[in-house]
Amino acid sequence: MEPTSQPMTAGASPALHPCYSEQAHRHFARLHLAVAPACNIQCHYCNRKYDCSNESRPGVVSELLTPEQAAHKALAVGAAIPHLAVVGVAGPGDPLANPERLFATFRELAEKAPDLTLCVSTNGLALPEQVEELVKYHIGHVTITINCIDPDIGARIYPWIFWNHRRIRGRKAAEMLIAQQQKGLEMLIERGVLVKVNSVLIPGINDEHLHEVHRVVKAKGAFLHNIMPLIARPEHGTYYGLAGQVEPTAEQVRALQDACASESGETGMMNHCQQCRADAVGMLGQDRGAEFTLEKVAAMQVDWRAALAKRAAVRATIERRLAMQTQFAKAKSPIPLPARRPAIIAPETLRMAVGSNDGQTIDAHFGHAREFLIFDVSPTGMRLVARRGIDSNYCSGPTTCGDTTTVLASAIEALRDCAVLLCARIGFEPWRPLEDAGIQPNSEHAMEPIVDALLAVYREWCDGGRLETEPALVRSSA
Amino acid sequence: MAFRIVANCTNCWACLPLCPHEAIRAATPHFEIDTARCTECAGDYADPQCASICPVEGAIVDSTGQALNPPGSLTGLSPEFLTLPSTP
Repeated sequence: MEPTSQPMTAGASPALHPCYSEQAHRHFARLHLAVAPACNIQCHYCNRKYDCSNESRPGVVSELLTPEQAAHKALAVGAAIPHLAVVGVAGPGDPLANPERLFATFRELAEKAPDLTLCVSTNGLALPEQVEELVKYHIGHVTITINCIDPDIGARIYPWIFWNHRRIRGRKAAEMLIAQQQKGLEMLIERGVLVKVNSVLIPGINDEHLHEVHRVVKAKGAFLHNIMPLIARPEHGTYYGLAGQVEPTAEQVRALQDACASESGETGMMNHCQQCRADAVGMLGQDRGAEFTLEKVAAMQVDWRAALAKRAAVRATIERRLAMQTQFAKAKSPIPLPARRPAIIAPETLRMAVGSNDGQTIDAHFGHAREFLIFDVSPTGMRLVARRGIDSNYCSGPTTCGDTTTVLASAIEALRDCAVLLCARIGFEPWRPLEDAGIQPNSEHAMEPIVDALLAVYREWCDGGRLETEPALVRSSA
Repeated sequence: MAFRIVANCTNCWACLPLCPHEAIRAATPHFEIDTARCTECAGDYADPQCASICPVEGAIVDSTGQALNPPGSLTGLSPEFLTLPSTP
């Protein structure tokens, strides 16, 4: 868990929130309710024509919901996906520019799904006037998008705001927005709400300036700072997209995230952000929205009391598992960030490949897997190191059987640094070549949760003394 | 003396709660202004409220058909940009 100096309010628990905890995002699902259409500012990276189902980016939704529809959707999703932990409102406009719709939704959820963590993501303009109301509904997590604290820079990001019955433009608009954001941030911190600050990295406009933003928001007590890349393509019809504003490269984003992290002592930077749509459903990086369209949800009968009990049971299981894991890891740090990890494997680390279609359980047949998840398990925890795709399935039907030797060879090549291969099933034929390549196939944990299986196998290896006596079994990757 | 909402409207709801005379109706395909109720905010506010928060250029017009937010006035994009194909 990221350390924090913030006192926490009742609804604030980063352990359950996939956006606030690197660890939580592997276990708990979230739901965004598109209940807030209106906005009180214009950003140059946003196009208010929000109805598009083909894009995956913030502010984009397919169906706008009324508060009644939104609450029903949350209850339906909470019944169908028992590891749902968080319900957020992130748009397509600004939640706090739609206070009646927002709070009507939250009122119903507070009554019928009091276990769900509620959160909002706002531009901050209306934040100070809504802080008390947010606290009243136990909104323990608030995200504020803060792209600048300098109004001259703000004038290049925000063409206008609507404030006190007028449209205000230019530097003056940016100045007021910045003041409201900072005031709102301070008020939330004072009340123990966990605040995540999102900043959009806009090359040539706020890239250098974000160091200063980082310093200020962390000094004020923001729990996390999430620097995200600008998304700006002409087909989105945004000002930046049409005006040819460049997007940052992944390297630029990472370099800035790393620089900010080291400036503030490695704490409170978020690196697992997936820039979800404003109506996303499921685990981070996953969108099951198509299963819960207005039409489908309307037809669902929900027993919210039964769903509440089921979620409690599932949550208890996940928490037990996490506690075991924490105990297991004598750990200084939570699951570290895969991409920053140097490509060296310590002798006590076991690298394993997992065949999984759903990302949660070991459910893939070796011959049908299109990709493998590569995990490192060590005394300090486990981490997903890579997802490796293989060129074509080892077993793609009788017509391609002549090719299996080459395909198997390329699968083995893709997994060459792994000591164990976990999958739901594996044929007799590939077994021997895998073993010969030093990869132990294992289908004993079919359909089990990945985390449980990895732990079980790691324990076996430790108990069998294989990690200490045969460190050569764990080879380092180049 | 009344405004009208035209086809560019995206039904974003921003204007509806602001109208001092509750003249705006959440209709489809786009929201509508009840011309009998609309006063263009004369006597209530310095600026017409619906047009001051509307994010879409050309969506609200006056009684002569003139856009209250003409092309380029909100996005900063000059009109030639807007003729580019922009359907995502």
